[in-house]
Amino acid sequence: MTDRKPLKIAIASGKGGTGKTTLSTNLAAYIAEQEEVVLVDLDVEEPNSGLFFKGELIHEEAIFKMIPQWDETKCTLCGICPKVCNYHAVIQIGPTILVFPELCHSCYACSDLCPTAALPMIPKKTGTLRDFGIGNLHFVESLLDIGEAQAVPLISKTKKYVAANYGNVSITIFDSPPGTSCPVMEATKHADFVILVTEPTPFGLHDLSLAVETMRALARPFGVVINRYGIGNDEVIMYCREENIPVLAKIPNNRKIAELYSSGKLMYRDFPEVENSLSDILEYCVKEVKGGIA
Amino acid sequence: MREIVVISGKGGTGKTSITAAFAMLGGADVVVADCDVDAADMHLLMHPDYNFAEDFYSGEVAYIDQSNCIRCGKCVDVCHFDAISVKNKLFVVDPISCEGCGYCARVCPTKTIVNNDRLAGKWFISKIKSGSIMVHARLGIGADNSGKLVAKVKNEAKEIALEERKGFILVDGSPGIGCPVVSSLSGANFVVLVTEPSVSGLHDLKRVYELVKKFKIKAGCIINKADVNPGKCAEIVQFLSENDIVHLTDLPYDENFTKAMVLGQTMVEYDHGVLKAILTKIWEKVKQLSSG
Ligand code: SF4
Ligand code: SF4
Ligand code: SF4
Ligand code: SF4
Repeated sequence: MTDRKPLKIAIASGKGGTGKTTLSTNLAAYIAEQEEVVLVDLDVEEPNSGLFFKGELIHEEAIFKMIPQWDETKCTLCGICPKVCNYHAVIQIGPTILVFPELCHSCYACSDLCPTAALPMIPKKTGTLRDFGIGNLHFVESLLDIGEAQAVPLISKTKKYVAANYGNVSITIFDSPPGTSCPVMEATKHADFVILVTEPTPFGLHDLSLAVETMRALARPFGVVINRYGIGNDEVIMYCREENIPVLAKIPNNRKIAELYSSGKLMYRDFPEVENSLSDILEYCVKEVKGGIA
Repeated sequence: MREIVVISGKGGTGKTSITAAFAMLGGADVVVADCDVDAADMHLLMHPDYNFAEDFYSGEVAYIDQSNCIRCGKCVDVCHFDAISVKNKLFVVDPISCEGCGYCARVCPTKTIVNNDRLAGKWFISKIKSGSIMVHARLGIGADNSGKLVAKVKNEAKEIALEERKGFILVDGSPGIGCPVVSSLSGANFVVLVTEPSVSGLHDLKRVYELVKKFKIKAGCIINKADVNPGKCAEIVQFLSENDIVHLTDLPYDENFTKAMVLGQTMVEYDHGVLKAILTKIWEKVKQLSSG
């Protein structure tokens, strides 16, 4: 397993609570038994992966986004900045220019186009990144500050941190935010392979079909892992068959697994069938990506 | 008219199943708003008729009309979202990465970049099987869930409720702590927090409650699957009492929730025993608390 190019696996789902974090944490811990691996929690609104690992904090940093700051002494009140901001994040009230940091998308238009350089961009904290070491496992998580509206800048900065620090580790797993909107796209668009986690229920099927559309829009190769297999019905399996989507593994519905999860414990060591599934999933990802690249 | 919002921080806690049960119990007096537009599931239990449907546009997306492009590269230089690239010697916008800031169009020397309205989703007004009306939506793939579609769904529901003199709006809220959930919460009279007894459940409950506190909305909590981890459950109960959150009830881990879902039924249609009785009692309590 040493001669391959670094592999980036994203784990996603149409909605939260399907077992995305369970899979991410167990897969990472399983790989770490044999080799170095990075687990990155990009579900920055509700990061949960860290609850499963007690590691040593090796690095912590505040993450910033850039916003304009008005310099009254340089401003000529020309009226350009409120006109160029598409998000109404900068407005003019009488002789004052006001900036609304939560609305700002950091596009730099107002700052660059201000004729007198009266709107320099300054950093504003949006979240905190933490990097833990647990043996072979590097665990990186970012937490969005409460009241901060945009997850995407924090996600993209976290990815940059990982690329800069762990770019040559052979496997990186990204625990993605749920849903189908911008943050998911940001978290998965650079992945070599995406694993969609779902449940075999009507909600699970509906959310999966949205996630599949998202991955097709991004043109990412993907496969499905069915969690809590045994409850619900067969429609997810039938859907995957019809759509030609590989089902990488089925993790059984088991109250004991739910109990271990609820206490923040990894579970694959207690369930040989789950350990086998993890090995299958990993093998599939490696083969799929190698096949696709070569 | 009172507004009740059900949220859970993250998904998978049974939030939608519980909201649907309340909607059914509330009958004709409750207008339902499915504000979980990113993973809307209410329709699978409420059987809407999609009587009214409309496209929803929000924000813009840049498009380069090649006929006047002189390939100066200015647009690439100013775009902070890496949304413009050169493909086969043509400058093209990747609509997924484009944030619609409009900067490129402002600097393009030949004005060959246009900003088109971005189709962000679709929204609907439907009759539902509870004898009432539901406003719901579907967010487009990769759309910016900035809370605007959520706000739209809620405002439409509010208008209908006022017009038809309904007693309540029941909102299936968005997950997370960002814009969509903020839009779901604004204007609420009472918040029902649905959680489960796990390390992540408690963690997410605390984070989302920070937000509820900012809005100064009264809150109650339902602990679902309470028997899966009695220890964690006790921790949650402790947190509730320290924060003046009404502990509404505990629900057991029960695969009947899934069985009802498979049949497209709400829990109060599927079950006629203990669960239905608990849910009925809690719905009455929630109504009362929201009016107090
Ligand atoms: S663009 Fe610059 S000079 Fe003009 S109003 Fe804005 S800050 Fe003032
Ligand atoms: S940087 Fe862009 S989004 Fe932010 S205030 Fe300026 S123009 Fe608006
Ligand atoms: S509108 Fe903004 S984000 Fe979109 S391509 Fe132009 S500069 Fe980039
Ligand atoms: S700025 Fe306008 S003319 Fe220049 S490359 Fe971009 S689209 Fe073409």
